[in-house]
Amino acid sequence: MNAITREADMDATHIGEHSTHHEEHPTGIKRWLFTTNHKDIGTLYLWFSFIMFLTGGAMAMVIRAELFQPGLQLVEPNFFNQMTTVHGLIMVFGAVMPAFTGLANWLIPMMIGAPDMALPRMNNWSFWILPFAFAILISSLFMEGGGPNFGWTFYAPLSTAYSPDSTALFVFSVHIMGISSIMGAINVIVTIVNMRAPGMSWMKLPLFVWTWLITAFLLIAVMPVLAGTVTMVLTDKFFGTSFFDAAGGGDPVMFQHIFWFFGHPEVYIMILPSFGIISAIVPAFSRKKLFGYSSMVYATASIAILSFLVWAHHMFTTGMPVFAELFFMYCTMLIAVPTGVKVFNWVATLWRGSLTFETPMLFALAFIILFTIGGFSGLMLAITPVDFQYHDTYFVVAHFHYVLVSGAIFSIMAAAYYWLPKWTGHMYSEKLGKLHFWCSVISVNVLFFPMHFLGLAGMPRRIPDYSIQFADVNQIVSIGGFAFGLSQLIFLVVVIKCIRGGEPAPNKPWDGAEGLEWTLPSPAPYHSFSTPPEVK
Amino acid sequence: MTDAKAYSNRKLIGLLLLGCVGMFGFGFALVPLYDVLCEKLGINGKTQSTAAEYKAVTIDTSRTVTVEFMAQTQKDMPWVFAPEMKRIQVHPGEVIRTQFHAKNLSAQQIVGQAIPSVSPGQGAAYFHKTECFCFNQQKLDANANAQLPLIFYVDTELPEQISTLTLSYTLYNITDKGYVDDVEQGAAK
Ligand code: HEM
Ligand SMILES: [Cu+2]
Repeated sequence: MNAITREADMDATHIGEHSTHHEEHPTGIKRWLFTTNHKDIGTLYLWFSFIMFLTGGAMAMVIRAELFQPGLQLVEPNFFNQMTTVHGLIMVFGAVMPAFTGLANWLIPMMIGAPDMALPRMNNWSFWILPFAFAILISSLFMEGGGPNFGWTFYAPLSTAYSPDSTALFVFSVHIMGISSIMGAINVIVTIVNMRAPGMSWMKLPLFVWTWLITAFLLIAVMPVLAGTVTMVLTDKFFGTSFFDAAGGGDPVMFQHIFWFFGHPEVYIMILPSFGIISAIVPAFSRKKLFGYSSMVYATASIAILSFLVWAHHMFTTGMPVFAELFFMYCTMLIAVPTGVKVFNWVATLWRGSLTFETPMLFALAFIILFTIGGFSGLMLAITPVDFQYHDTYFVVAHFHYVLVSGAIFSIMAAAYYWLPKWTGHMYSEKLGKLHFWCSVISVNVLFFPMHFLGLAGMPRRIPDYSIQFADVNQIVSIGGFAFGLSQLIFLVVVIKCIRGGEPAPNKPWDGAEGLEWTLPSPAPYHSFSTPPEVK
Repeated sequence: MTDAKAYSNRKLIGLLLLGCVGMFGFGFALVPLYDVLCEKLGINGKTQSTAAEYKAVTIDTSRTVTVEFMAQTQKDMPWVFAPEMKRIQVHPGEVIRTQFHAKNLSAQQIVGQAIPSVSPGQGAAYFHKTECFCFNQQKLDANANAQLPLIFYVDTELPEQISTLTLSYTLYNITDKGYVDDVEQGAAK
């Protein structure tokens, strides 16, 4: 049913045609500036995302260096605040989201048997405006008065009455990021709806395609709301409106409602494509069909729908009526059900599989375990009375780094290792890959696990100083942080080596892998399916 | 690309763009929606912005409610601003008069606006102000001071589980904002 034998059904003669098909394309910088090819654009997104990952990571190193000891030693408190803010913004909008868009560009056309994305010129635009957005954001750090210092959540009045003049640049850059994401989402939807190969029916779509389709709808639903929110901040700060200013009849709590109406679906935007990736990798290295394909599709859809009903779990302490506290508490817990369905499906897929532990599989397994830990701490936070204690402490920081770093980022790493042979035509070094994995998985836990205890003991988040009893644990956390940061350089080495050379990759380097992309030669030809493959 | 395909692409893009524009509008529609919901459900601690008629006929002496007063000033507001008393025990229905003290510490005339908020939020609908300095803007000359009056009563219908109401005022400096409707000159010394 879910296309296990898909590649056997393929008409093998299509594959040979591609090399004779393609036209001349420009080389050098022009190739990259003007490219409308989904693979080139995918590559651009992935490199951009990695550069942002290192940039945001460098800021995290500043944060962890300052927090290595109690007291203020390295940076000014205001600069510390700018680091936490811009770290968050870069990681969310610059690293995780573009990485997923890059993967979507590379993989969706190959997975559904299409020659390219549906809207190639828009694709070029949606990538090339991104570097400008981040250039603006980062340059605002060097302005007089400093860059954004109000947290990635830019709560009013921090971002209005108390913010630096550079806030206009922040707003503008978020607008550009939003436009880019929306264009990317439209492209994904049009491609999936209109470009599937004959026979590629909805319930045969690989889960990565399904999860991205649903993510794209989430993006279209909430990125415009984010654009509206930053616009209100802009007009409140510079043009005398009072959306969030109580003196003029506005309400700062309303900011939080509008922001989290965007913000919670946004966290699912950053995890649903991961679910798709893990659902591709786990079966491949278990040499079994994915357990419960259709329940995976329905679970993804229900998570997406429910994600609109839980936003106020970020606001339990704002003084909502008891009824609302209970409503949002129960809805939040309800989301854990479809999420649990997924975890159980992956475990059932592993059950009695003939497992092997290549690097992609290692990252996928770590994802399952560590993401689940993040889900559990999420459930703890969802309990309203308990959240009164945990809110705005390091417990929350631990929670969302488990789901985002050892969740979303690990799945992106897994995807990179899994599809690198297809992208480059070479096998990556398994030895270095495993080294990268073990360094990452150990250091990520040294980095984030103790944060749970810091939070339970009451250490507030986003503060450059702390009381003395937190010193030891913070030191361990910082060491974990430096180790995790350094470990990512191994990944850079692996990727560069793999692009430069290495053992030639066969069409299908993983014997349990499934999907149309493995029927193409490695490296995948510049134009994939110029003639649509037959999917039976 | 065939014409049919190009057409269905365009149609889909059109629909998706419409969705985006709609959601952008929805973000702004949340603003009035929020106010209406809060007012109808009486949930965010906003009290009415005009004077209430005294309607209570009886004073419920069987019940005592603690009313607490808080006052704070926003950034850029060089006033001292404090309640005359911090807390008082009242019976529902009883009319209470109290005042807040304000002093302009700066060398300029400043217009202030006090914004009230009642906690717990569900209690706001049962806290009636028959007279309040927060209904008007307040103007104080350099170094002038004023006693700002507040007359209120607590509704006899106040839900059982609420035994304390906290009334908090935040004072904003709105001198430059150009709001000019009915400014009240800070009166008695
Ligand atoms: C079982 C699923 C989950 C539950 C029950 C849950 C619950 C919560 C709750 C209640 C909070 C608010 C804590 C507070 O501020 O006091 C929170 C914060 C957060 N969650 Fe989750 N969560 C879940 C999954 C996820 C996932 C999958 C992601 C992202 C991939 C995520 C990302 C975040 C982020 C980024 C924050 C913090 C936002 C901030 O204040 O900066 N969560 N979560
Ligand atoms: Cu949330």
